[in-house]
Amino acid sequence: MSLVRQVFGKPWIWAFLATLATFVVTILFTGGASTVGLAQAALTFGAFSVIVGLGQMFVVTLGPGNVDLSIPATMTLAGTLALKVMETQDGLIWLGLVVTLLTGLVIGIANYGLIKLLRIPPIIATLSASFIVQSAAIWTNRGIRIKPPELLAQFSTASTLGIPNVAWLALVISVAAWVALERGIYGRFVSAIGQNMRAARLAGVPVDGVRFATYVLCALLAAITGFLLSCFSGGAALNMGAEYLLTSIAVVVIGGTAVAGGFANVPGIWGASLFLFLVVSMLNTYGASAGVRMLLTGVIIIGVIVAASRRPAR
Amino acid sequence: MTQGDNPVISVNGARKSFGAVHALDGVDFSVRAGECVGLVGHNGAGKSTLVSILNGGLSPDSGTLALLGRPVERHSIAQARSIGLRCVFQELSLCPNLTVTENTRVAHRSLRGFGWRGRAARLIKDKLDEIFPDNGIDVGRSISGFSIAQRQMIEIATAFTSSDGSVRLVVLDEPTSSLDAGLAGQLLTFVRRFVAAGGAVVLISHILGEVLSTTDRIVVMKDGKVVADRPSAEFSTESLVGAMGSVVRAREARAARDAAASQTAVLSHTSAGRGLDFVARPGELIGLAGLAGHGQTRMLVDLYMAEGGSWRTPAARKVAFVAGDRAVDGNLPLWSIVKNMSVTLLPEIARFGLVDRAAEARVTADWHKRIAVRTENMDNPILSLSGGNQQKVLFARALASPAPVVLMDDPMRGVDIGTKHEVYAMLRAEAAAGRTFVWYSTEMDEVCQCDRVYVFREGEIVAELVGNEISEERILSASFAEKAA
Repeated sequence: MSLVRQVFGKPWIWAFLATLATFVVTILFTGGASTVGLAQAALTFGAFSVIVGLGQMFVVTLGPGNVDLSIPATMTLAGTLALKVMETQDGLIWLGLVVTLLTGLVIGIANYGLIKLLRIPPIIATLSASFIVQSAAIWTNRGIRIKPPELLAQFSTASTLGIPNVAWLALVISVAAWVALERGIYGRFVSAIGQNMRAARLAGVPVDGVRFATYVLCALLAAITGFLLSCFSGGAALNMGAEYLLTSIAVVVIGGTAVAGGFANVPGIWGASLFLFLVVSMLNTYGASAGVRMLLTGVIIIGVIVAASRRPAR
Repeated sequence: MTQGDNPVISVNGARKSFGAVHALDGVDFSVRAGECVGLVGHNGAGKSTLVSILNGGLSPDSGTLALLGRPVERHSIAQARSIGLRCVFQELSLCPNLTVTENTRVAHRSLRGFGWRGRAARLIKDKLDEIFPDNGIDVGRSISGFSIAQRQMIEIATAFTSSDGSVRLVVLDEPTSSLDAGLAGQLLTFVRRFVAAGGAVVLISHILGEVLSTTDRIVVMKDGKVVADRPSAEFSTESLVGAMGSVVRAREARAARDAAASQTAVLSHTSAGRGLDFVARPGELIGLAGLAGHGQTRMLVDLYMAEGGSWRTPAARKVAFVAGDRAVDGNLPLWSIVKNMSVTLLPEIARFGLVDRAAEARVTADWHKRIAVRTENMDNPILSLSGGNQQKVLFARALASPAPVVLMDDPMRGVDIGTKHEVYAMLRAEAAAGRTFVWYSTEMDEVCQCDRVYVFREGEIVAELVGNEISEERILSASFAEKAA
């Protein structure tokens, strides 16, 4: 009894229940024909949402007003630059990785620089930064679609032990994020800042250092996702990050992280990412038109958030 | 009307308690027409509570109240207004988004119907010009565009305007706090004219000079009681200060501490040309005194921020902070007691960036015992504790850290007497072990426990009292503008 209560007290349980329900409903329609295929697809596409979602989660946890809107532009620029420097050669993969990480690092520093030095609210700072970053991506891309190196294209589309490689990567990153959040001093500091920034500062939390690290971390994870996604889909496209703006925020919220800050949740990011993908494929399977699909997606997301928020998370 | 010799308002034996605090403990107070009464006393003496009872905002727990000689069963704000009682509070009460004229309309319900705007404008403009000649205030502008001094002028003028009934009594609570000497002089002259014409005024002020020069009679309050009520001519600044703080505490000799004076400072703050410098030495208990809100908290925060740590935690942390305003500066409301207690200590108990949770549990369990936080389970949320116990957690947060200096921002606010004595004992023990405490307190007996006291006035340190010099009297006299220590 107490175990049941404990499990249902977890803020992430609702995202997983919703995922399971959606999965079953979809499978029922197809009569079980595509069970493995659907699971594989959900894990693959879910993995991309998970990685950007984790970055966004740390940022949102910093407290009201903290959100990174430059994620889509960062993904696009990182993917574009990395594919360009790798010139489809396997031997230059290391350079692609370095460029990806540098892109994330520079954008993260720029974001916090705008927030701190010019005292712009994070939502405006990251939005304006994203215009500059997106312009840089357009300028480098110039409409030419460069293919990823063969080795990377294979790796990002293949599976190991039946689980897609990108999902394995997302899992490793998630475990690291969980440790940092739940066991690390960094997670404590992020949560303290999100609850009361002034109190955190007066209690000795290095507020600027932690916020800076968080914005850099978020940009780094977005850059890595952009790199993986462009390898997975055979080249970088200028609009490839677009849908991840809302997705990154939605998975944080549905996953049970407090929108007002101070409380974050890693397992919930997985539940929410899988759920968001499965909702769309379920509606596709049932042959819903684009309009109905978006409408229902919205309604379902609201439903899950309402169900989750009835749990007193504090 | 039998107004002749009856007081405009009088209270007899008024008592008022807020929980265990006796804000008023049997107060007799009355004001007659044609009289200006000064009301003085230090913070928390009960002046504001008395004013609230006069204007109907609070009803006394016991005691009687009479208006114009007639006993009143249930007093109310509306009734107070109807006999012509007006109050000007320290916290200004004008609507910032409305114009001066519109604010006048808010205060006067009778200004209704066609053309109220013109009548209201004339009413307030005439009164402003009468009290503050050449004020240059445009009554068509909204309040938000005026300086704090101009707002205070408007507030005062509004209180003296009359539309339907005459103004009999005006209570002025610190009316000159944001006015310069010239404007204050104009106001006090007007007060004398108003009183000469048969009006009554209660003047509350910390500037004793203006109380002595303007009022006919002075009522001194202390700890919820009236301790003196005599004609102003019988008081001098010294005797007034003496009446406000009569208790001079017997002090133990602190020869050992005097030796500490030669030691090097652990913390210092140079006052850029204004007031005295601040120095703290090892093992000292330093009090920050003066009237509330005269820069003590600001100094503590400045001292804290000056030690850095905003970008990374310093290797050897020098200062820890104990918040008094728990909700704003202290509590991390989503967290357990353990996490709230350990947050300052985290860098010391972390290995490779990971929190050593066994060490965390050990340290917090130890402090749970030492400081007697009243809870069965330290994993309960911090907000499940009473205010006093939350404060203990914040004390433990600072004391558990290795910081040699602890800054305390009036930490005993809303803390019960038992807890206070437990904490006092702990502070003395820690100070004896070499820790330095910088303690801002609004309570006189706490300040008097310190080895050295800095008195603040208007954002600067105006006096330093050491050892036997520390007395309520000395602190009070340094707190007030007319007499520097």
